[in-house]
Amino acid sequence: MKIVVCVKHVPDATADRTFTEDGTNDRGSVDSLLSELDEYAVEQALRIVESGVEAEITYLTVGPDDAKDALRKALAMGGDSAIHVSDQDIEGSDAFGTSLVLAGAIERHGFDLVLCGMASTDGTMSVVPALLAERLGVPAVTHLEELTVEDGTVTGRRESDSATVRVQGALPAVVSVTDRSGDARYPSFKGIMAAKKKPLETLDLADLGIDTERVGRTGARSAVDTAARRPPRTKGEIVAADGTGDAGLAAFLTAKKFV
Amino acid sequence: MAEILVLVDHLDGTVRKPTLELLTLARRLGEPSAVFLGPGAGAAAETLGRYGAHKVYVVDAPEVEDFLVTPAVDALAQIAESAGPAAILLPSGPDGKETAARVALRLESGLITDAVDITAGEDGRPVTEQSVFAATYQVTAHITQGIPVITVKPNATAPEPAPVTPEVEKWDVAFGPAATTVKVLSRTPRERGDRPELTEADIVVSGGRGVNGAENFAVIERVADVLGAAVGASRAAVDAGWYPHSHQVGQTGTQVSPQLYLAAGISGAIQHRAGMQTAKTIVAVNKDKDAPIFELADYGVVGDLFQVLPQLVEEIERRRS
Ligand SMILES: Cc1cc2nc3c(=O)[nH]c(=O)nc-3n(C[C@H](O)[C@H](O)[C@H](O)COP(=O)(O)OP(=O)(O)OC[C@H]3O[C@@H](n4cnc5c(N)ncnc54)[C@H](O)[C@@H]3O)c2cc1C
Repeated sequence: MKIVVCVKHVPDATADRTFTEDGTNDRGSVDSLLSELDEYAVEQALRIVESGVEAEITYLTVGPDDAKDALRKALAMGGDSAIHVSDQDIEGSDAFGTSLVLAGAIERHGFDLVLCGMASTDGTMSVVPALLAERLGVPAVTHLEELTVEDGTVTGRRESDSATVRVQGALPAVVSVTDRSGDARYPSFKGIMAAKKKPLETLDLADLGIDTERVGRTGARSAVDTAARRPPRTKGEIVAADGTGDAGLAAFLTAKKFV
Repeated sequence: MAEILVLVDHLDGTVRKPTLELLTLARRLGEPSAVFLGPGAGAAAETLGRYGAHKVYVVDAPEVEDFLVTPAVDALAQIAESAGPAAILLPSGPDGKETAARVALRLESGLITDAVDITAGEDGRPVTEQSVFAATYQVTAHITQGIPVITVKPNATAPEPAPVTPEVEKWDVAFGPAATTVKVLSRTPRERGDRPELTEADIVVSGGRGVNGAENFAVIERVADVLGAAVGASRAAVDAGWYPHSHQVGQTGTQVSPQLYLAAGISGAIQHRAGMQTAKTIVAVNKDKDAPIFELADYGVVGDLFQVLPQLVEEIERRRS
């Protein structure tokens, strides 16, 4: 069986992220890494194989040249090969453009299971897995905290805001996993060395037969009007606990009418 | 007037507060119509009308409860194709966002997720506001293609009544093959305590690693109860098994925007901030005076939460009596 794990190379969330003048995410200004939330998808793919399912794991990313680093990081954790889709015209794509390119590459490669993280740590829209399923015409079994793949189905548990729900879909399917699905492993030294020799294919839009009009800024279906840094919260009054009833805090809450 | 579709979020027919907020926002753009899926529309229609829904489309089909997300997509897309609304609003949240994305793709529309405000632009079309990059940036945006599809975060606005008597229309959806692909095998409702829901609460009191144990969360709960607040937790506290994940505040938990957020024993990591930074007032209790949470706090107490919080409860009770 073929497992494709979609991964994203994202600006480090702990750094100070900014916008470019045309209102897109300025990726040049800070270090980037494999989105932490995608590491959970990588981990689940590896566990599926370790559980005895015979499968070949391929990582897929769409992004500029250095997005390869995310693929190498994933390959260092395990798995077999990687696909990097890179094209000038993809820059500025929204979730529709990105999902179109991902779906094109997934169809070209073939798949039984597509694994994704629950959201990217930069865009945080959380819609690419659903868009992929819609485009590929397969079930979307999303936000799983636990999953099993057997007998041509994927079964899992998902937490909605009011209930715990067990769900099941037939393969081929798109699955997304949460950060509670199981801690991701660290690449070993051996893994890092092995990753350098694993096949990494680079594709562009022409390889996928995708019209440039449908992606990038031209294909985007929304536009940013303004992007302004929120005024930093002004640091308020910080007091030492007075040990005599913290009347200060109670007085503050009373003055703000919370009491 | 232009019709605005609002997907109703409800629990067995009880309309949840974020839906009332959506109806309130929808009135800025046109005339709201509610789309109600599942059983229980009877009682809900009255509430929806009270907040300005001129029409309630009701889809009471078993598919809606037996399968994940896609029945809602078929319903909403088909109603939209027939009604030709000026915008479609849905609650942000995993199901709302997935539904929105698929509906937008089918209608060849644009999508904006996690709006914290919507206003009518010069041409009457919606202009959204979003908080991004862990709420450090405020972005305004608009959709450039098709019927705008927008998901809105809870607490985006205060619900305002605008009573009308809605026309209730039963709608038969022709479910496509995709609607019935992901089966719901079981649904176990989570126990609902007496405290307000995290996303809806005016006040949230949260505990982190500093709480140091499941039984110690009673200290946090005491403060929450005296303030009528919901209880939140950091991921460190949830991962340690001290409090249920449904209470996690942050990037991969719930994002809250209350009037008051009180963080105790929480350091203020960027992923936690992403879920609470837009609170109106922030109060922190932490024994480390250099904890990053103090940079956000309108009021901070440097001290041991096990002393500060019980004393706070006592002091509040003393002031009240
Ligand atoms: C992809 C990703 C997603 C994440 N999503 C989330 C998320 O949704 N929500 C979230 O919260 N985190 C999230 N995190 C984790 C986040 O990075 C932090 O690890 C986490 O928020 C830390 O929780 P904490 O503040 O409770 O613990 P710590 O950072 O350990 O802080 C504990 C604090 O308690 C104080 N303290 C200890 N004892 C006492 C006492 N007796 N009295 C007063 N103060 C005391 C300490 O001084 C310290 O400041 C995520 C991380 C990643 C990588």
